[in-house]
Amino acid sequence: MNRYRDDPAALRALVRDDAVHRDVYIDPDIFRLEMERLWARTWIYVGHASQVPAPGDYVTCDIASMPVLMIRQPDDGIRVLRNRCAHKGAKIVSEWSGSAGRFIRCPYHNWSYRTDGSIAAIPLRQGYDGTDFSRCEAARGLRPVATETYRGFVFVRLSEDGPDFKAYFGESLSSIDYMVDRSPAGEMQIAGGVLRYMHDSNWKMFVENLNDAMHPMAAHESSAGTAKELWSDQPDDAPKPMAIEQLVPFAGSYDFFDKMGERVFDNGHSYSGAHFSIHSAYAAVPDYDAAMRRAYGEARAKDILGTVRHNTVYYPSLTIKGAIQTIRVVRPIAVDKTLIESWSFRLKDAPDIFFRRNVTYTRLINSPMSVVGHDDQQCYRLIQEGLAAGGNEWVNLQRDYRPEERGAHDLTVNGTSELPMRNQFRAWAHFMGAA
Amino acid sequence: MTDPEIARFIYREARLLDEKRWDVWYALFTEDGHYWVPLTRNQPDAEMHTSLAYEDKLLLRLRIERLRRRPPSQRPGSWSQHVLQAPEIETADSGTWLTRTAFHYAEARGDAMQTLTGVMLHELVRQDSALRIRLKRVDLLNCDAALPSIQLFL
Repeated sequence: MNRYRDDPAALRALVRDDAVHRDVYIDPDIFRLEMERLWARTWIYVGHASQVPAPGDYVTCDIASMPVLMIRQPDDGIRVLRNRCAHKGAKIVSEWSGSAGRFIRCPYHNWSYRTDGSIAAIPLRQGYDGTDFSRCEAARGLRPVATETYRGFVFVRLSEDGPDFKAYFGESLSSIDYMVDRSPAGEMQIAGGVLRYMHDSNWKMFVENLNDAMHPMAAHESSAGTAKELWSDQPDDAPKPMAIEQLVPFAGSYDFFDKMGERVFDNGHSYSGAHFSIHSAYAAVPDYDAAMRRAYGEARAKDILGTVRHNTVYYPSLTIKGAIQTIRVVRPIAVDKTLIESWSFRLKDAPDIFFRRNVTYTRLINSPMSVVGHDDQQCYRLIQEGLAAGGNEWVNLQRDYRPEERGAHDLTVNGTSELPMRNQFRAWAHFMGAA
Repeated sequence: MTDPEIARFIYREARLLDEKRWDVWYALFTEDGHYWVPLTRNQPDAEMHTSLAYEDKLLLRLRIERLRRRPPSQRPGSWSQHVLQAPEIETADSGTWLTRTAFHYAEARGDAMQTLTGVMLHELVRQDSALRIRLKRVDLLNCDAALPSIQLFL
């Protein structure tokens, strides 16, 4: 029984203009439909090109419950293949990363595939003589999925139907440009390992939180507020340790977060920090600034360095923080279980201090041992527990709601508006087939 | 310092954490002391590679003060229990000791409990006739796993 799968009206009733029904966070059937309809039909982040520098290099992950393999081709292209054997369905590559060389081989019956996914060899192949093997599903090998690479970021769309990549992300891609262009060479490389933080809550709570500027002063008072106090007896011009420089802005006022502003785009994408952000006041690095001016010219260098967007959400799977070159990747596992991966990048031809900043930030904020993350995670868990109960079926997303926001394609509003969440659910309803 | 004195120091250090006597524990660190939980096996460096935790005394102070404020994630609060194997002294020369101690660690909160295991390495120095910690490095067996929140000190 699935009361939503075959009932578009019931699905449609879950999302109002300014509220959503609690089932969107707690119903396992909704979760399965999300994987099939939202996560399979939209563009989902897989990995970064710098993770697979040489032909045969691969990384693996699960996208919408489908194991996939991102692998570098002999012609330097990147393909993403379904990581399950065409024979009996075994997941073929179990390691997170490595090099396959020229062939990918299933450990069960030695079916082997080329790096483009086509079948290279099957033991005793004559056993299929006289059958219709060449016309069946198995003969198609590890079928590649639609893949697009934007400035090193590799995305896939599992479904054959769905929006075109550029149309899907549109102007929101400028956040990736602003991040990558912080390298004087316009290139980044993944480095420094991946933090993997398991959340026992629905994936949407994490994604919504990225542009939720009303929670830091409540949820992070104990961490950012303490950091502020520990530093309060220092003179104004004392050089701040990196941790203080990064943690104290989380203790900003409601006014600060409101004035930061946020901008939303079609298909659920958004960013906070439209005007400035908690990353605005990091110490300048003069030699680097000069290198940036040489690389991009005065005006563009000023534009790049002055753009400090807080979190950009590439709905539903990727969130990036361009000002410090770190990303968080959302991997839903179950209706109440979500893996968050945090990756760091090195800017090519930029001083080490940027990478040290990045590593410090992601450790302080995104680690399973983060004093900031603990309180976010606890709040998600409390929502997950609370929503299990009926009585009030609705989650309120009404802050600064204006009817004219419906149908707008690109809107910049005050930073504490809940518009980014409403915007996400408008995309959600569209792809779930409820719109 | 004799070997039993070193071992007693390490047992006491763990006990202070389990009893939440954080100020006494904090005072065990040298001024340049660090608490480090690497993210990968044989991780060479904490500044150019992400760690689960890498804290100097300022950040340790922050963690302690925050726990005292009873933040959302500490309602109810967590409790820990370290179970240590006998410390092995790897090297001892000119007032510096490097020790290796296998451990089990449990962290309980409400009805939930998680267990972790690994090896902790201490770099101990003598300052004013007392032992102090210059580095406590905790190598978790599953450092690269997808981990839930770990809220107290390993």
